Amino acid sequence: MAKEKKTLNLNFGPQHPAAHGVLRLILELDGEVVEHADPHIGLLHRGTEKLIENKTYLQALPYFDRLDYVAPMNQEHAFALAVEKILNIEVPIRAQFIRVMFCEIGRILSHILNITTQALDVGALTPSLWGFEERETLMTFYERVSGSRLHANYFRTGGVHQDLPRGLSDDIALFCQNFPKVINDLETLLTDNRIFKQRNVDIGIVSKQDALEYSFSGVMLRGSGIPWDLRKSQPYECYDQLDFKIPIGKNGDCYDRYLCRIEEMKESVDIINQCLVKMPSGPIKSLDGKISPPPKKELKESMEALIHHFKLFTEGYRVKKDEIYVAVEAPKGEFGVYLISDGSSKPYKCKIRAPGFSHLQAMDYLIKGHMLADVPAVLGSIDVVFGEIDR
Amino acid sequence: MKNLKDLEKKINSELTTKVKSTKINHNHIYINIESENLLEVVLFIKNNNQTKFKQLIDITAVDYPENERRFKLVYLLLSHEFNSRIILDFFINENEIVTSLTSVFPSSNWMEREVFDMYGVKFKDHPDLRRILTDYGFKGHPLRKDFPLTGHNEVRYSEDDKKVIYEPVKLEQNYRNFDYESPWEGTEYIKNQTKK
Repeated sequence: MAKEKKTLNLNFGPQHPAAHGVLRLILELDGEVVEHADPHIGLLHRGTEKLIENKTYLQALPYFDRLDYVAPMNQEHAFALAVEKILNIEVPIRAQFIRVMFCEIGRILSHILNITTQALDVGALTPSLWGFEERETLMTFYERVSGSRLHANYFRTGGVHQDLPRGLSDDIALFCQNFPKVINDLETLLTDNRIFKQRNVDIGIVSKQDALEYSFSGVMLRGSGIPWDLRKSQPYECYDQLDFKIPIGKNGDCYDRYLCRIEEMKESVDIINQCLVKMPSGPIKSLDGKISPPPKKELKESMEALIHHFKLFTEGYRVKKDEIYVAVEAPKGEFGVYLISDGSSKPYKCKIRAPGFSHLQAMDYLIKGHMLADVPAVLGSIDVVFGEIDR
Repeated sequence: MKNLKDLEKKINSELTTKVKSTKINHNHIYINIESENLLEVVLFIKNNNQTKFKQLIDITAVDYPENERRFKLVYLLLSHEFNSRIILDFFINENEIVTSLTSVFPSSNWMEREVFDMYGVKFKDHPDLRRILTDYGFKGHPLRKDFPLTGHNEVRYSEDDKKVIYEPVKLEQNYRNFDYESPWEGTEYIKNQTKK
């Protein structure tokens, strides 16, 4: 008599520490082997795109901090670039370097969190304790420049909100001096660690072909050996003036993706150093009074400045009719903004392309045939953050 | 970057009847087609050796309630090989059914589900067309322009029922949408009056 095959349905999440947020993952298990995974998302859906349609361009920007909340400024960057391209405004060179510098800080922020919590998921506690200390330092840089640790709201169309406060560049330089040692410490804990390797090597392998078919980007694509980084291939801002390398994986498994992230952090430190050296002095936002608000001093003396100020913070600036897609290389992959403007001061449509959305979609493909214990390892490795997936 | 103009020409000459119009803007190729040609056009630009748009970046829709053909569907494609992007779009009626791309790009599965969820556009041959981002049992399509920003329902935990309950949205004050347009140029309603 043939034995009837029984599978077990398991609800993983939505409140599970290894789900990295509110993910409800329905797993169909045969013994300990996963046969099918069905992620249910949307538990953190806040209607960002709908809200943006009802706000002026200036008011829309803070919503981008709340997408991928571990690297807020990278998201702001995409939106700022999209609006700038439509308006065709030149960003002062100092502002460009400041923005790139903070994007790289965001990349380190995101990668530290991802590496250490993924290690936590597979059983290593110490890295997260060491990593979070560095994250805290980086977030104080965010705080000093923008006033808040997480939801920075710092980038503006045409530049950034304010110049770096005194002493910040020195402290960032000091951090860049010390941080490579921390990366090395993390590596001594993980890279050759037997348990870490057993849990990650050959787990969640993505072939080159499938990485393209499933719309992967960022580390998920590079881990599989495809040399593609928007900072290099479609340089935006001042990335073409900076010298950095793109680390690429070989096998496309969780371990290679971990190695890529480690190497990317080292490159980011390098980029930040270069930014600090190359950063000239000068204006930090567009001098066009129709786009960026006048300095406070002028408000007391100039009628024109007062009018500009009033118009900017009530009606906001208008953006001519256009349609554009702009993508940046966020820590998690290609983060894009598809913007349709209609000549008014509010976007007609703003579609946010989140990298994590397509990565999580491939969960079923990645996990099929693996053991239940590999689910957190793979989930950690694809770097999901629900702020951006659910929007 | 391969010359975009060559690429545009190539697409125009190979797909003459299928393509309605093309243009180059912001370094992307914008292609406008008819909805019934979607599959053919996508298959061509994906598999042809001189285009190789192997990756589907995103699918989205735009709502124009005043248009006869209400929705514009937008497909963003990327060619790593030639480092170029295509923005493919077409207009459809409110009840028109669009061919699903799941057979060509597995990643279009969730993207089409999102368009269905947000705009109510249905896809033919989609294996699993469920809602994706909204709540279980949600009604309506939030990104349509006629859907109110505040939504229809709100949830709270009821101490009496010992569970989370749904109630119609109650607002102390309506959502206020100020019209800040320059008084010198005249606000929308004044402009409309003077036109008459």
